[in-house]
Amino acid sequence: MTSVPKIRYSRRSLLKTGGAALAASALPAPMVWGQSIRDITLRQFGTGVSNLNEVATKVKEDLGITLEMTALDTDSVTQRAATQPDSFDIADIEYFVCKKVWPSGNLQAMDASRITNYDKIVGIFRDGKLTPESTIAQGTAPHTVGFVEGPGGTEFVNNESGWMTLIPTIYNADTLGIRPDLIGRPIESWSELLNSEFAGKASILDISSIGIMDMAMVCEAMGEIQYGDKGNMTRDEIDRTIAIFTEAKQNGQFRAFWKTFDESVNLMASGEVVIQSMWSPAITAVRSRGIPCVYQPLREGYRSWGGGIGLSANLSGMELDAAYDYINWYLSGWVGGFLMRQGYYSAVPETSKDFMSENEWGYWFEGKESTDDITSPFGDKLAGAGEVRDGGSFYDRMGAVACWNSVMEENQYMVRKWNEFIAA
Amino acid sequence: MAAVLLSFLVAPIVMIVIVSFWGATEYSIYPAFQFDNYEFLFGSSVTYRVFLNTFKYALITWAFTLVIGFTVAYYLAFEIRSLKWQIALFLLCTIPFWTSNIIRMISWIPFLGRNGLANSTLISWGVIDEPLEWLLFSDFSVILAFVHLYTLFMVVPIFNTMMRIDRALIEAARDQGASAWQSLTHVIIPLCKPGIMIGTIFVTTLVMGDFITVRFMSGSQRANVGRLISNDINLLQYPSASATAVVLLITVLIVIGLLLRLVDIRKEL
Repeated sequence: MTSVPKIRYSRRSLLKTGGAALAASALPAPMVWGQSIRDITLRQFGTGVSNLNEVATKVKEDLGITLEMTALDTDSVTQRAATQPDSFDIADIEYFVCKKVWPSGNLQAMDASRITNYDKIVGIFRDGKLTPESTIAQGTAPHTVGFVEGPGGTEFVNNESGWMTLIPTIYNADTLGIRPDLIGRPIESWSELLNSEFAGKASILDISSIGIMDMAMVCEAMGEIQYGDKGNMTRDEIDRTIAIFTEAKQNGQFRAFWKTFDESVNLMASGEVVIQSMWSPAITAVRSRGIPCVYQPLREGYRSWGGGIGLSANLSGMELDAAYDYINWYLSGWVGGFLMRQGYYSAVPETSKDFMSENEWGYWFEGKESTDDITSPFGDKLAGAGEVRDGGSFYDRMGAVACWNSVMEENQYMVRKWNEFIAA
Repeated sequence: MAAVLLSFLVAPIVMIVIVSFWGATEYSIYPAFQFDNYEFLFGSSVTYRVFLNTFKYALITWAFTLVIGFTVAYYLAFEIRSLKWQIALFLLCTIPFWTSNIIRMISWIPFLGRNGLANSTLISWGVIDEPLEWLLFSDFSVILAFVHLYTLFMVVPIFNTMMRIDRALIEAARDQGASAWQSLTHVIIPLCKPGIMIGTIFVTTLVMGDFITVRFMSGSQRANVGRLISNDINLLQYPSASATAVVLLITVLIVIGLLLRLVDIRKEL
């Protein structure tokens, strides 16, 4: 056992240092030009997914920038970006949140010519197409909210204007998680979520904006509803979707609903639930306990999401330069490799290749059989030799996106209906 | 005292009432004077169902905590003779309260689960063949957790009033030929009324204001008023949450008002 040395502050020493701090803040020395980028602190906030301490440590090492991270839940992230512009320098938010946040004027557009690897950013975030033949999925596709017309632009434009709202950082394709050992047969469609075979053993997430999309994928797969745009439903479509799920709920289809990552892991690991909406790291968490769990690719495709970092409108001068340095560093490969070894994708995959072993690159990106153990950056074993990633390669997975997370025009109506569903 | 009450009780409630008339957008609230929030609240059948459910939880929990709490208090007050043991056992009752009530609640989940301790024990005893599904994520588990969490709030005030009953009264009843049951119903229970009433107020208000127990123990499948409010808050719909809170507050005040008419606590204390 180590003992923590007690630090005693005498009143005098506190007064002294306190006084010095006070003097320093009250009488700032006029030496801004002498300041180097190494002294700069950037305040970033976002969800726990990408607000990783490892990133802050590494950026300090490489650039000297101090990154102060705050991790919040999805709803609080939106709230802070929209209402507390002075509390951050860098906002790490999801693309669909852009629609809510951009009108507040709290973020500034980024000059694409200052982004070194701009040309290598995946097509999804530029013209919307993964490959020239791809069709664009429903919902808030990132490129539709990725550009504005100029430095002070308030309207999104549908072309690569050179002024970006967010720099893409992390994205993935979501699907249903299953327990293959408890199901014992192939699962191929979203409609299986409401299959009575799994009565009392299914679950869906209780986060309305994402849950409604999963519901829509199910209803469409069942052939019950044809949506004009799942990412922007009409009131009638919302009513019918919720009605189908309310009936299923009353018939005891669901074991529970989950709201946090941990809950979804526990439901699956304990066997309470055998099929449910899930996020990719949650699958990893179940597997690292030695329990079989599959992120099942389904024939109707994936529900996808993407996050990016945006610059506070308050940033200028040295801080703005530091922020651009940070973004260029972010896309230069180390972070990408770190994220991709957890199962996410990086905006500039080719730079990440240098930071992954050939085995890792083959497994995570190319969908090849692994030649050796696959471990997460935190040291957990995720797969053995000879295994293939669920869903296959990057192009197989991101090429099969059916719909993007989004904010609907009828959002408030949807939220109320969602509340009724939970209470039903 | 008045200043403390004013700033920490009255002012927040006034704020809530004011905000309940405001409007909300996706990410902000704006001052207004509109009845939209109340209109939607009273216009939705879900509201009535949820309020009904809240009362159901309160009533059932109250009945169980009363019976268990009264029995425990009776045992402590009348069966245990030495004051030293009374105090020791009473403290024993409070030990679970040294841990957070969320932890006490969540520890039921693995116990009651499909492959949990309860089911596997019952199966190994041959009582059941299939795991009982209704043990967890059901009304049963919600009420079980409530009873577990709140019984002590019934024990303490009842025990307190019982200790103050003059033992001579019970001896007198026995001398007059009353059976144990008769002295219980005619002497002890009437004299315990203030304690029962205080316990009742504790339990009802705690259950009616709860949201986290219902969320965890029902796996988010059941709703009470607290959950409606917490859902609204999560979605940044503060005005609508305030409106629901105001209605809940008034409902609870009415319930307490009715209870206080049954027993004049101030006189009895």
